[in-house]
Amino acid sequence: MLTVHKLEVAYGGIKAVKGIDLTVGRGEVVALIGANGAGKSSTLKALSGLLKPSAGRIDYDGAEITGKPAYHLVRRGLAMVPEGRGVFPRLTVVENLAMGAYIHDDKAAITRDFDRAYTLFPRLAERRAQPAGTLSGGEQQMLAMARALMCRPRLLLLDEPSMGLAPLMVQKIFETVRAVAAEGVTMLLVEQNAKLALETCDRGYVMESGVIVLADNAKTLLSSPQVRQAYLGE
Amino acid sequence: MNATQTRWRWLLWVAVALLLLAAPFLIEATLGRAWVRIADVALLFIMLALGLNIVVGFAGLLDLGYIAFFAVGAYCYALLASPQLAIHWPFLVLLPLGAMVAAVFGILLGAPTLRLRGDYLAIVTLGFGEIIRVLLNNLNRPVNITNGPQGITLIDPLQIGGFSLAQTHSFAGLTFTALHSYYFVFLACAVVSIIISRRLEDSRIGRAWVAIREDELAAASMGINTRNMKLLAFAMGATFGGVAGGLFASFQGFISPESFHLIDSIMVLCMVVLGGMGNVAGVVLGAVLLTALPEALRYIGPLQQRWFGEVFIDPSDLRMLLFGLALVLMMLFRPSGIWPARRRTAENVTERMTEKRHASG
Repeated sequence: MLTVHKLEVAYGGIKAVKGIDLTVGRGEVVALIGANGAGKSSTLKALSGLLKPSAGRIDYDGAEITGKPAYHLVRRGLAMVPEGRGVFPRLTVVENLAMGAYIHDDKAAITRDFDRAYTLFPRLAERRAQPAGTLSGGEQQMLAMARALMCRPRLLLLDEPSMGLAPLMVQKIFETVRAVAAEGVTMLLVEQNAKLALETCDRGYVMESGVIVLADNAKTLLSSPQVRQAYLGE
Repeated sequence: MNATQTRWRWLLWVAVALLLLAAPFLIEATLGRAWVRIADVALLFIMLALGLNIVVGFAGLLDLGYIAFFAVGAYCYALLASPQLAIHWPFLVLLPLGAMVAAVFGILLGAPTLRLRGDYLAIVTLGFGEIIRVLLNNLNRPVNITNGPQGITLIDPLQIGGFSLAQTHSFAGLTFTALHSYYFVFLACAVVSIIISRRLEDSRIGRAWVAIREDELAAASMGINTRNMKLLAFAMGATFGGVAGGLFASFQGFISPESFHLIDSIMVLCMVVLGGMGNVAGVVLGAVLLTALPEALRYIGPLQQRWFGEVFIDPSDLRMLLFGLALVLMMLFRPSGIWPARRRTAENVTERMTEKRHASG
């Protein structure tokens, strides 16, 4: 579904991503793990069209999308949950979700999307009239995910869903990642929490200073001595 | 809403409309001719403030050079309807033309500032405002276009068909001086501006602006074309300024670069902020208050003279003093304006969605 070939991302003269290859197949949930500053978020931003890659090629759904702007990609079913959640703090939960449906105008289907969001995240239904800024971090993350689902994505990019959340909340968020995956949404998620990410995903890539150093099944990666030592603290 | 409420609402609107139509005559009878003029100016400022509200209130882009669009509109009208270039185009051509030229300038300002936000955007827009003013001041050499600091005089008054607004007309026992006639034209334009603002606010475009204001990155990942939407905000805002500028030029009959200073940009911004950023009604209120109050304070001088036999404080000093004080107090006690933007609750969002569903279904 997504094929990345020799992707490079540079900020000025500094290369954050130095020619990586990765693929995500239809229905797969793939993790991109690595330490701070490894280039994970830059990769994701380039994939979602928020950053223009300096070199390389991205194919999505059988067509090249390199350098296409985000608003174009969202319409083609490639949505992203930005790092740090990026909910609209002064808008209510309902308004945030309605904003997620911006590209759609079929009212009946949007109502169904709302129902689905509230079934997936009952917590959001309770807080629907509350401004998003007053939600807890975990709830905001739920809202960000629910809002991205309102675009009806076929491929969802998640940037550090566990960032800055309490351990219990992190567990909850990953449960919802699994729930969303069970709905048949293909996902690529970037994480620092390697253990949880690999336990949730089918496959994983390990990134270090701008290059992919390991790529394998999630199970194999979890038991690989290299990963255990570097990311699982063993 | 039930039938009686709807009827009351209608009655209220009719009363407001009648009051607005009678206003210039009532004002003249009670406060004098000078206040009719102030009412005219207030209507122009309503248009300006509504235009700036689109940029600042709706899209959240701080613009400190907004008066430049007013200047562009005014000069566009003045140059093409005065002896300056010996061109006298009709008003009905010049008004849309002025709006379009201002919109182009809005995009000219918007395009290079797309990546800027907050303070940085404010600085660039401030510079833009100054560039326009300095340009107008110096475009008298080598070829005299704007007549420099002397400004342009003898600008044609508004003329619709054979009806010149500059002359005094009598109709139904009422005397319409130029001030009265302009009042009605400005009123019509202000009402149209209000309607456009309200429609924009509730549209898809309005929602896109809200998203950009709240979080631009998130807005982009919702599928909003942030670049075009920001340019549209600048262009729409500038359009209001351009129309108001053209009307102003014809109303005054004389314009010079001195009418378009930074302080005027700030004044319009104050109207928006003080009234209630993002709320159309609040912005209108802000524009009226900030036009009328300084004028009202002029009476302080004669009052001092009468009570104390001499003028202790120069009214114009006092005006700025009180104005500053009012702003500080506002920011302390009502930071979102006198009439803040309505906090939309979940209820009325869903209500509006169902309303629309019925309307479209």
